[in-house]
Amino acid sequence: MAARIARDTSVLPVFESLLIANRGEIARRVLRSATALGVRTVAVYSEADEALPFVREADEGILLGPAAPAESYLDIAKVLEAAKRSGAEAIHPGYGFLAENAEFAQSVIDAGLGWVGPPPAAITAMGDKINARNLMADAGVPVAAGTSQPVQDVAAAVAAATDIGYPVMVKAAAGGGGIGMGVANDEAELRSAFETARSRAERFFASPSILLERYISGARHVEVQVLGLANGRIVALGERDCSVQRRHQKVAEETPSPGVSEELRKRMLTGAVLAGEAVGYRNAGTVECLVDPIAGDYVFLEMNTRLQVEHPITEMVTGIDIVAEQLRIAAGDEPGVDMTAIRSEGHAIELRVYAEDAKRFLPSPGHITVWEEPKGDHVRVDAGYAAGTTITPYYDPLLAKLCVWGPDREEAISRAREAVKAFRIEGPKTNLSFFTELLDSAEFTSGDYDTAIIERIRS
Amino acid sequence: MAEVRAEMVANVWKVVVAQGDQVADGDTLVILESMKMEIPVLAEGSGTVDLKVEEGQVVQEGDLIATVE
Repeated sequence: MAARIARDTSVLPVFESLLIANRGEIARRVLRSATALGVRTVAVYSEADEALPFVREADEGILLGPAAPAESYLDIAKVLEAAKRSGAEAIHPGYGFLAENAEFAQSVIDAGLGWVGPPPAAITAMGDKINARNLMADAGVPVAAGTSQPVQDVAAAVAAATDIGYPVMVKAAAGGGGIGMGVANDEAELRSAFETARSRAERFFASPSILLERYISGARHVEVQVLGLANGRIVALGERDCSVQRRHQKVAEETPSPGVSEELRKRMLTGAVLAGEAVGYRNAGTVECLVDPIAGDYVFLEMNTRLQVEHPITEMVTGIDIVAEQLRIAAGDEPGVDMTAIRSEGHAIELRVYAEDAKRFLPSPGHITVWEEPKGDHVRVDAGYAAGTTITPYYDPLLAKLCVWGPDREEAISRAREAVKAFRIEGPKTNLSFFTELLDSAEFTSGDYDTAIIERIRS
Repeated sequence: MAEVRAEMVANVWKVVVAQGDQVADGDTLVILESMKMEIPVLAEGSGTVDLKVEEGQVVQEGDLIATVE
């Protein structure tokens, strides 16, 4: 570590080398900023991903093991061994896989490596949604009415729901990605939703802990990007509206949110900074909230203690390279831009191109024969695949993030339409044609939509 | 006889019915998993089920999962 203190940051890169413990588009995204900062990059990959661009583009690639995540991307010992073997100085976890695993973060730190993420204690504090809710309430961040203790059984759930008032949202306390979440409008629905949530919680998150929260119908899902700087200061870079969802998972995002007033935005950004301060946050994180557009109010939902999939739209409006800032923070460096004068300009939209059919949104792995990305000013594609590569069933269906910027929302939507038309993918089915439907829908173009927009477009 | 085939490459996560069970139209036979999503495979028609897959197996698009007779 002595060498790092003596380092001249104007000449030397943040780290000599960086291992990216992830795959696909996000591995490639991190590679790009690391390379631009003069950092040597190390990719790790499974047998299924050998031919993907992120492996080819890294300075070094290390095979972790078989396709199954448990035997490759989720295997802490193998990832640490790869770091040792390649002489990597730091590890960036991307999102998903080990990104929010406090044990992994701690073992990276214990191995003497740079950890491009928040302190393990902050991951743990926010990882349990019940604990996070209680912490936020204590810090003065608004939370929805809900349970402050794990709900043990159906009877306890019914009693809690009576106190909270229907409709309620049933969630796995250790959950994420919308898995196991369900809305219940009455006791019968609650009994069924509770059983589903519990079985999913045990299967996917190895924890049966369940919480109930008041469900806000007609709510928008809006999140705030924060950065915990190396000097301990928390800054909020702005919000993203993530209300376009299917199966409680995001499909498109935009910033600024058309459903948030300037006054509400100020309150949300202040709340997000309080949330970060409450857990001693460092590095990039996202405070997810629900906005009730009628009441003009918001509540804290959860904090994602990692880089978010949709971070590019914040980058497009602020001009800040969030991944580069993550690396600077992890190295203990000053920010690359003046964080006291964050400015947002124009409007940006992200469309998540998934390997799934555009009607029922069912997965569609397969071999890609044609892959032609849209080009042009203010169009950005973060892609994990290319022509001649194969999408396997082992990982999530995200193929690429198509992001556009415009001076205003109307212009951004119009550029998004053009970019969708110009994106050609042949082989597997994709949801690209759904985006034409979305961008042409009166509800989306009006800006007045909520998390049920897809159901309404489809009905 | 109705053949139930896989719509996509997937892993057989759960076999819900037992070999030789009587099933009704719309009953869940097996649950596939692909790209982190669970996909229930339903009986189309009622009758006796003859399973062609087991848990943990990988199926390709078009593979026979079961017949209902």
